[in-house]
Amino acid sequence: NVLLRDTMVVGISVKHGCSCPFCCSSWWSEVQMGPPDPILGVTEAFKRDTNPKKINLGVGAYRDDQGKPYVLNCVRKAEAQIATKKLDKEYLTIGGLAEFNKACAQLALGPDNEVLKSGRSITVQTISGTGSLRVGANFLSRFHTVAKDVYLPKPSWGNHTPIFRDAGMQLKAYSYYDPKTCGFDFKGALDDILKIPEKSVIMLHACAHNPTGVDPRPEQWKEISALVKKRNLLVFFDMAYQGFASGDIDRDAWAVRYFIEQGHNVVLSQSFAKNMGLYGERVGGFTVVCKDAEEAKRVESQLKILIRPIYSNPPMNGARIASTILNTPELYKEWLVEVKDMATRIIRMREELVGNLKKEGSTLNWQHVTDQIGMFCFTGLKPDQVERLTKEFSVYMTKDGRISMAGVTSGNVGYLAHGIHTVTK
Amino acid sequence: VAPPSGKTEVPQAAPVAVFKLTADFRDDKDPNKVNLGVGAYRTDEGQPWVLPVVRKVEKIIADDHSLNHEYLPILGLPEFRSSSSKIALGEDSPAILENRVGAVQCLGGTGALKIGAEFLHRWHNGQDNTKTPVYVSAPTWENHNAVFANAGFEDVRPYKYWDAEKRGLDLSGFLSDLESAPEHSIFVLHACAHNPTGTDPSQDEWKQVAEVMKRRNLFVFFDSAYQGFASGCLDKDAWAVRYFVSQGFEIFCAQSFSKNFGLYNERVGNLTIVAKDNENLTRVLSQMEKIVRITWSNPPSQGARLVSITLNDPELFAEWKDNVKTMADRVLLMRAQLKAKLQALGTPGTWEHITEQIGMFSFTGLNPQQVQYMVKQKHIYLMASGRINMCGLTTKNIDYVAESIHEAVTTVQ
Repeated sequence: NVLLRDTMVVGISVKHGCSCPFCCSSWWSEVQMGPPDPILGVTEAFKRDTNPKKINLGVGAYRDDQGKPYVLNCVRKAEAQIATKKLDKEYLTIGGLAEFNKACAQLALGPDNEVLKSGRSITVQTISGTGSLRVGANFLSRFHTVAKDVYLPKPSWGNHTPIFRDAGMQLKAYSYYDPKTCGFDFKGALDDILKIPEKSVIMLHACAHNPTGVDPRPEQWKEISALVKKRNLLVFFDMAYQGFASGDIDRDAWAVRYFIEQGHNVVLSQSFAKNMGLYGERVGGFTVVCKDAEEAKRVESQLKILIRPIYSNPPMNGARIASTILNTPELYKEWLVEVKDMATRIIRMREELVGNLKKEGSTLNWQHVTDQIGMFCFTGLKPDQVERLTKEFSVYMTKDGRISMAGVTSGNVGYLAHGIHTVTK
Repeated sequence: VAPPSGKTEVPQAAPVAVFKLTADFRDDKDPNKVNLGVGAYRTDEGQPWVLPVVRKVEKIIADDHSLNHEYLPILGLPEFRSSSSKIALGEDSPAILENRVGAVQCLGGTGALKIGAEFLHRWHNGQDNTKTPVYVSAPTWENHNAVFANAGFEDVRPYKYWDAEKRGLDLSGFLSDLESAPEHSIFVLHACAHNPTGTDPSQDEWKQVAEVMKRRNLFVFFDSAYQGFASGCLDKDAWAVRYFVSQGFEIFCAQSFSKNFGLYNERVGNLTIVAKDNENLTRVLSQMEKIVRITWSNPPSQGARLVSITLNDPELFAEWKDNVKTMADRVLLMRAQLKAKLQALGTPGTWEHITEQIGMFSFTGLNPQQVQYMVKQKHIYLMASGRINMCGLTTKNIDYVAESIHEAVTTVQ
């Protein structure tokens, strides 16, 4: 049987040996192949590599010193505690688990924050950080109609751009990273922020900037705050690493709290993927600081209208675990210690990497490796150096030279230093 | 405190009706109150029911220390996706054997509809489907409109479905709307246990629907939220979906495991995609990934693990089917008893529809005034449309409900 086929169609209809368009054409013949994900592609290639010394530094997830995923002890305890309660599985409300939302806001703002006392903020449970950013982007697109522009730091997390774009916002950028110093381009940032049109949205990474690991110092944050206030910009904080950056949750939330104190009514995305290791449970929050409790109620009602047609209401499991930890004093204390341990291990790996590079004989300046903070390090490696590092040493990272310090262990740091030195000398 | 930077005044939004109903019920102090609103299963004691098999599998997961909380792949847990699609299409589905079935793990049935809608908006008929008509049944689950509207479809229209006069399917209206729909229009079909009417097409009626859809080149998007729950039999409830696939349709099927697994708050759903061939499927899935990544990045793992472990173990699977039948049987019993009591009371009108309708919901036929009477005077909470959740009925409250319906029908016009 010869099939009459549309030239765009690939594939043979196995059900009918005929030529009618219904059988032989697909609804999807015009669908383009999506490009491979820049991060996933790294992990896929890593998996295929048979070199026993291979290292995966693309992964944005914490690993212990044996290179294994780490389930926090306080998480295991919380889970055991929850299991004994034999809770039902009834739908959460659209805004999510109330005890979680309250504790989530308290963690970010500090329990004695005037905003929480006056009830002039609303926090909804979201699908981790991405879900929070998405709800936030949709909210701004619908209600912040005075301006359509969102200013991201250059560079920013890769997923920020498509999220805001899809929500209908326009993306712009302000200077942030200085490749010459591998540090913060403070002057460049101020110069650019000065030019941002009034009422635009400015995205700030609360701590542990992704992908650079470069954070402003407190004095610099103060100047940024003053300038942002002068320019009358709406501040969108993305805080995905609270506790994970310095090891201290209050210190990591300092910028958010300072801005609020200075009168910025911010919007804030929080993730518990990294700091509680709850990646796959999708635990996050979105907070809007309003002018008063009445506005907060109106905002809450609109957030629900936005959320319902996406997923109706959020998943319970992770929020219940996070809430248990945050609301049980002994577990909360234990969590703070575990977060500090994770952050400390990362800091130690930074120091060991620099130490090993020096031992290798590298004369380059690697100070940025220890100056930078959080899970990621912008090494300063050029794409061709990255390629060599991957091809010759089976070290996997993203093309921009970003490495996840979480993938570095005392077992592989020497090898890594050797590789980096070889491709940079 | 400085004034907010340029936020437009945010108006108060009306609460979602079904949740307001539950909130009002909760605040009601009347000892005889009955909640026939939200669609969740209740035992004969009026309590939520966590399926015994779910408790068992929760323990299996808790005791397995090799498990962690790492990210799932963007499209979800592979074993969950494949076993869920098998549930919808059948273990021996030719489409599965031909490697042209894929799936996206989503946040509940809503999430599956959302991802499907977003994909269709980008790729269905050209790359901008803002004007492509989306047809939803009249009436339908209230969130269908919002899901498609928010995905950018400006033309969400009703297709005739419920005949209020005869309290049944308006087949000729349905078929005529199919005939007159512009080519490439998207139709949201309820796979079984239509929400809110409980009225499903018969097999012969589905065949007529399929014939027109094939001829008119219309897109089939099934919403399958009650498989197993309707008749008590998974395969029977999947007949329509499987029939369309056997007729060569490429379809989307949004599956929910909220009701049939009782996993409401874990947000377990699956968007099953049946394509012409593997090559088309691959491209479709690659674009689904992009959409997922800007919505929730990757889905939650707990619920998917629970379902996947259950479906992939023969003993657990059998136990699950049994649990599903328990729920379906109780609903059938309540239907039979409610009808019998109304008939015994001599309540005016015919009540055959109570047992002819299927699934969790029943469209009683009560008008808005009668519904108001039920809510305000009798503290029996049901939707303004007259929709009741049969699961809210128990042997303890069924007499009170029957008598109240009788009062409403006889005293309120």
